[in-house]
Amino acid sequence: MPDPLLAVSGLVVRRGGATLVDGVSFGLHAGEVVALVGPNGAGKSSCLRAISGEWTPSAGEIRILGQQLSRWPRRALAARMAVMPQAAHLGFDFLVEEVVALGRLPHHRRGAPAADRAAVDRALAAMRLEALRARRYLTLSGGERQRVHLARALAQADGPERPSLILLDEPTSALDLASQQAALGAARRRADAGDGVLAVLHDLNLAAVFADRLIVLRAGRLVAEGPPGRLIAAGAVAQWYGCQVETATTASGRIATLPAAAS
Amino acid sequence: MRAEAPGTAGGLRRRPRLAILSAAAALFGAAVVGMGAGAVQIPATDVLSWALFRLGLAIPPADPMVDAVLTQVRAPRVLMGALAGAGLAAAGVLMQAFFRNPLADPALIGVSTGGALGAVAVIVLGAGPLAGLVAALGPESLAAAAFLGSLGTTLVVYTLARRDGMVDVTTMLLAGIAVNAIAGAGIGLLTFLATDTQLRSLTFWTLGSLSAAGWPALVSVVLPVAAVLAAIPLLSRPLNALLLGDAEALHLGVPVETVKRLLLVLTSVAAGAVVAAIGVVGFVGLIAPHFARLLVGPDHRVMLPLAVVLGALLLLVADTAARTLVVPAELPLGVLTALAGGPLFLWLLRRSRGVAFRA
Repeated sequence: MPDPLLAVSGLVVRRGGATLVDGVSFGLHAGEVVALVGPNGAGKSSCLRAISGEWTPSAGEIRILGQQLSRWPRRALAARMAVMPQAAHLGFDFLVEEVVALGRLPHHRRGAPAADRAAVDRALAAMRLEALRARRYLTLSGGERQRVHLARALAQADGPERPSLILLDEPTSALDLASQQAALGAARRRADAGDGVLAVLHDLNLAAVFADRLIVLRAGRLVAEGPPGRLIAAGAVAQWYGCQVETATTASGRIATLPAAAS
Repeated sequence: MRAEAPGTAGGLRRRPRLAILSAAAALFGAAVVGMGAGAVQIPATDVLSWALFRLGLAIPPADPMVDAVLTQVRAPRVLMGALAGAGLAAAGVLMQAFFRNPLADPALIGVSTGGALGAVAVIVLGAGPLAGLVAALGPESLAAAAFLGSLGTTLVVYTLARRDGMVDVTTMLLAGIAVNAIAGAGIGLLTFLATDTQLRSLTFWTLGSLSAAGWPALVSVVLPVAAVLAAIPLLSRPLNALLLGDAEALHLGVPVETVKRLLLVLTSVAAGAVVAAIGVVGFVGLIAPHFARLLVGPDHRVMLPLAVVLGALLLLVADTAARTLVVPAELPLGVLTALAGGPLFLWLLRRSRGVAFRA
């Protein structure tokens, strides 16, 4: 068995006196889409920030392709791991294709402009942004901007060395139904092609459709892990979120979760 | 300005090379006009043949006075205008990337005034309390003090305006006002302490002027500005990433802290060197990058060189106007650039507020 794409063990993140992530361990293999779910403040984004290298863990270990995160040269890591943050603030009027091309920065030294252009084109197509490619970023809506940043992450993870790890922090929070499908569908296809995706998701239904595995965090701890259908059907959702829910199985056999009408 | 289809880019944005070449041609034209204009009017053909002569390609001009005026007076002044404008524009672009905000300008947020304070302190106190420092810094003590003043103010404004890795524009501008006021008060106090001879060289700092430009002054600007301009090709891509935010740039493999430290130093070197040579001239670092972005977009690979050429053009034209509009007197250069830049800044402020709310 090769080294997992991502291995997190005993991860602890403390910020400003508060323990945000408290001893979380899990792994992610190439070919997998893993959804990090859980209530607000459960430590999902903090987990992602530690894995992306933005925050230094207070304890525990993170390995990417077997090598400790802190030992990866920044640029080499960026060529293998793309991150889409929860909110990107870009106040300069780039064109859509220019923003997506920023994702190619870690690959530039390899000096292959044709490969860069092809990766940008693929990412634009995956996010259905071809028609918007020459639009100015500041004229886009919030959802369109989110798709642009997702495309940027896809272009970044489209390097010559694979597998790549794609980290997505609530990639669908501002997206309409079709764009949600395009976004997570693109992530799914990348995993099917051999990359790995770790996505913070709020929508359990999207997680059930697109993820191989759920990792459920609550108050900084990992409380459940497994295939979404099995976990959700086991009836623990109400406990994770502290609210009444209703689940149903669709005609195609997928599980749907709804909040109960009143509590 | 927005004649194109809404939201879609067109025109020069797709042809950045044309924009840079046109700006360079305009800069050349402005230099020839600037060389010719003044108390002694010299036709463009004579300016060009003088230039060829100085390059060793033609015979000397028939009139030795023409050669003297062009060589001793106008050439250093025109070169200084272009260099200072280029330096200020580069400082503006770097500062805007550093603050991730298109409204940052060395003069506006106090960096130039801080530099001027350093320079003024050396002039007034150089023979007294600061004699040791001046001796230690040697002949370039004025430029070094201006650099330190610029660096100090940049650090203060950045530290105050930074919250959670984001720079808050309002705080940045307010901190700039306060820093400007404090540095201005310092300059005022030093003016009060200054002797009559010192005073004459002081007034020049606060309003900015190229009237003191000569070959020796030019030499002290060439090196710092050239150093900053030389760094541009290396910085363009990291700067683009930096516009997305510190964390995003890090995820793209940019050594963010190193780049930001470098930006801080380069901005202060460029702004400090220019301030030491020509005093505080505001808004060039704001106007030139703004028009460059308008023409070719915010990609630093094309925008930064264009902004540098436009900055040179802008200051050259402003100085030519300053010394020819009210002959035989000279308008203060800083007054002219503020008259052009102030209204533009107000318009930008209004426009960027709209953008911030829509985001």
